[in-house]
Amino acid sequence: MAVFIQQLINGLTLGAIYGLIAIGYTMVFGIIGMVNFAHGDLFMVSAFIALIVFVLLTSVLGIGSIALALLIVLVVGMLLTSLWGWAIERVAYRPLRGAFRLAPLISAIGVSIFLSNFVQVIQGARNKPTPPMIRDVIVLFESQGYTVALAYKQLMIMVVTAILLAAFWYVVQKTPLGRAQRACAQDQRMAALLGVDVDRTISLTFVMGAALAAVAGTMYLVYYGVVSFSDGFVPGVKAFTAAVLGGIGSLPGAVLGGIVIGLIETLWSAYFSIEYKDVAAFSILAITLIFLPQGLLGKPDVEKV
Amino acid sequence: MRGETLLRVEHLTMRFGGLVAVNDLSFTAKAGDITALIGPNGAGKTTVFNCITGFYKPSEGRVALAHGGEAAFAAIEEATEKGARTLSVGDGAIHLLERMPDYIVTQHARVARTFQNIRLFSGMTVLENLLVAQHNPLMLASGYSVLGILGLSSYTTRQREAVELAKAWLERIGLTERADDPAGDLPYGAQRRLEIARAMCTKPILLCLDEPAAGLNPRESLELNTLLRDIRDRDETSLLLIEHDMTVVMEISDHVVVLDYGVKIADGSPEQVKNDPKVIGAYLGVEDEEVAAVEAEVEGRA
Amino acid sequence: MAVLSQSTAAGAEARVPDRFVSASKDAGFAALVTLGLCVPLVTLRTDSEEGGELILVPRLGLTAALCLAIFFARLGYLLLWGKEARAARQPTSRKEAIKTVATPRHSLTTIGLPIALGFAIAYPLLVTVINGGLSEARYWIDLGILVLTYVMLGWGLNIVVGLAGLLDLGYVAFYAIGAYSYAILSTTFHISFWVCLPIAGMLAATWGVLLGFPVLRLRGDYLAIVTLAFGEIIRLVLINWVPVTNGGAGIASIPRASFFGLPFNDDDDGFAAFFHLEFSPMHRIVFLFYLILALATLTSIVTTRLRRLPVGRAWEALREDEIACRSLGINTTTTKLSAFATGALFGGLAGSFFAVRQGFVSPESFNFLESAIILAIVVLGGMGSQIGVVIAAAVMIAGPEMLRNLGFLKAIFGENFDPSEYRLLIFGLAMVVMMIWRPRGLVSTREPTVFLKERKSISSDLVKEGHG
Repeated sequence: MAVFIQQLINGLTLGAIYGLIAIGYTMVFGIIGMVNFAHGDLFMVSAFIALIVFVLLTSVLGIGSIALALLIVLVVGMLLTSLWGWAIERVAYRPLRGAFRLAPLISAIGVSIFLSNFVQVIQGARNKPTPPMIRDVIVLFESQGYTVALAYKQLMIMVVTAILLAAFWYVVQKTPLGRAQRACAQDQRMAALLGVDVDRTISLTFVMGAALAAVAGTMYLVYYGVVSFSDGFVPGVKAFTAAVLGGIGSLPGAVLGGIVIGLIETLWSAYFSIEYKDVAAFSILAITLIFLPQGLLGKPDVEKV
Repeated sequence: MRGETLLRVEHLTMRFGGLVAVNDLSFTAKAGDITALIGPNGAGKTTVFNCITGFYKPSEGRVALAHGGEAAFAAIEEATEKGARTLSVGDGAIHLLERMPDYIVTQHARVARTFQNIRLFSGMTVLENLLVAQHNPLMLASGYSVLGILGLSSYTTRQREAVELAKAWLERIGLTERADDPAGDLPYGAQRRLEIARAMCTKPILLCLDEPAAGLNPRESLELNTLLRDIRDRDETSLLLIEHDMTVVMEISDHVVVLDYGVKIADGSPEQVKNDPKVIGAYLGVEDEEVAAVEAEVEGRA
Repeated sequence: MAVLSQSTAAGAEARVPDRFVSASKDAGFAALVTLGLCVPLVTLRTDSEEGGELILVPRLGLTAALCLAIFFARLGYLLLWGKEARAARQPTSRKEAIKTVATPRHSLTTIGLPIALGFAIAYPLLVTVINGGLSEARYWIDLGILVLTYVMLGWGLNIVVGLAGLLDLGYVAFYAIGAYSYAILSTTFHISFWVCLPIAGMLAATWGVLLGFPVLRLRGDYLAIVTLAFGEIIRLVLINWVPVTNGGAGIASIPRASFFGLPFNDDDDGFAAFFHLEFSPMHRIVFLFYLILALATLTSIVTTRLRRLPVGRAWEALREDEIACRSLGINTTTTKLSAFATGALFGGLAGSFFAVRQGFVSPESFNFLESAIILAIVVLGGMGSQIGVVIAAAVMIAGPEMLRNLGFLKAIFGENFDPSEYRLLIFGLAMVVMMIWRPRGLVSTREPTVFLKERKSISSDLVKEGHG
């Protein structure tokens, strides 16, 4: 039981990170119907930005307070990753808008390959470890000699995810930007006729997705304390799985899907086999799409004849 | 066989969630007839079509088609109880369409259809469109591709016959000159005719046309009437059509069924239906007496 | 009249500096964005010190160089190929421009393939003469083998993606199944290559059906993602199923192919002795080249024939409109499965070839990147076009490979500069650029499979890309 609860906590933390990445997939798919394949690699880039800024702040500028350093890392990371998100959309996707359906997908795969290799060339191929940033844990209870603990960093990840989800949910549901996004998702041409700046709205969607990926990247770095250039692909695919599982286009669905994937992965590793944890995640993706293509919180799609 | 019942729709109901699109609809269509299904927008006509052609699974009801004369209907209960899709009766057979997947409806029950928003293979040539329609016999002739790859002559002969059939249809719809052009390049009216010809290349005994006259100019509309009558008279094919254009309906149909809000409100010859107060009410949205009043008012203002 | 033309000319002249200023502004903005992107990712490199602590190494020069490079690239682009530059060069309307692009080119597709085949047959001789010896030409023949492998894979995937319009991102799975089939059958059961080849193809095709079956209902990007997941699952199973696949270490010493029973060695019953040649290890390489050429040609011939058969036409019809297909009595399930199986079959054959050529297989050869490369070749080639795939494979595979030969880059960037490190970086960039340049691929017109009077190519505007 104690082991189970500990795994539950670990799974929720991992799920929160997947959920944050998944929101980026879900928003972009919702508005332009495209799988932004490079999103996972953008997440990896953001983790690198967070790493560099953190090292810069702590060892070069000598900021002692980890909390202050992390806050700065988060803000700077969100800003710079947003710029990456914006630039990628502008250069690689916008010229292909309304073109042949496969072209943006291939372009996105190209961006994904470019990003991971760019980071490899520019930052080196080795794993980049950081010293543990937050070590403290809250001991919840002990049973049969097994300590169930909630680490502060886990708590932080869950709280940050909850706050950001609430904020983004508010933006999409209540602000003119959110309204414009939903209008573009329905019909871009009509939205343009009604005075919505479609290009700007889509750009902002990418920027928002990138900002959340940056949060996920920072959290990932804090949680695992290590990042490498190839860390984008697998979390990316899992986050996409989460987005699909939750119902693509739905923000709470993305987070819910992320948590489900995180839990399944952690519990699978704990109770079955760690080697096949990714097989489990990919199988869930396939099974969901085959049997529940609208996801947990999505709307069903009726075939029009 | 002409004049005998070909299609029997019984108590057909189709629900989408809480919405009842078609409610307890029953009607029949006779072999050699042009039967029209009419009604205002949203009356459920296309839904009926989709149920007959297997694209939707009806919530309730039975759709039975007889091959080889109406005698086959004698076996309808037996087929229903056995859970069979098809039951042979003497020379003919009874087909329960509501149990079949869409492609089987065309392949075995030989019911073909067209679509409200034309669905041609626009990137393929006109001739290719007509050959795709002959897929099943050609597939058989090509030994499910295995013999075809080896270049067997039996397939070549069969393919030549398929091209001949296509040419004959191109002649009938006046598109011989454009056989090698992509279907998507044809003008709208020609696309409509090509879609009908393509459906006819499956050699159906019942052809379902979803608003064939929509978007046609008066001349094209006249040509269409000629084509449809020609199909009825020359081919072994009966027609069931959905139509909005009342002039087309009145001119060519032998039998009219009127739907409103998923319910049948009239059934009979064009003359009978035309004078049915319920039909007039449904189309103009008001009661009979009020129609006169509205008309008078409009005239007064003019 | 004269006054009018004079004033237009003056206007045009006046616009040139204007254009320069606006282009500079635009390029300046691009450079500024680049600066934002480079800080801190490029400017500060993380390096591990002794003891594992990370330190930052500033690289201001590289950052500045990148920003300047972007500035001048953007400026040059805007001045030479930008919208205004093109408008200034040719006062044709956009509509006319589209028309000329859409004009079908008969020649490339009809005569392209025989020319390519002729070139491929003569290729080993050609590079031998150029390099002054068979052994010296080894690099070039190896490169030819690599390109031909991708041509074959591209043609195989083309059946699924280009003809049937089903987006498959896990094609590498079938390549892997083919390779491992041969590796396991030959090392464990000592079955010869020529027997294994068809078995591997059949196994891959069977897997094509097995994996294809559950995903038939899916459309578009969903199908792409599930096939990607299947590809990854197969790779992960190869890594983890150690008793059979030997895990991440892979299977080594896979027996080599013989020339119909004659092994390529210097024994008395070897290939060289039988044909009274002097033994050379290059015989095997040349043999492999012609083997993959034969396999690729087989793929091409079968595909061309299938396109003219009802099943091929049904694939293309499926790509155009699935619902219409069903209304014509076509069983779309079996049609899709047949496309999956046929594509997988050729993937499996190519996989076996890969195993016999390398003598070693490991799961790392079959990662997602391979699928992405093959798909990029198909899309860049122009969906459904065979000659397009040949050109695209040559460009995408041989192009980055050429980087290795650019020794002069070392002179510019210093001795430590290894151009091949940038292979994938450039590959990714090239994928983006090529898609923007030609979203419909190099050969975008479609050749009809049958005609009454005249074969006319169909413009890509009309050809659909498929939904599933």
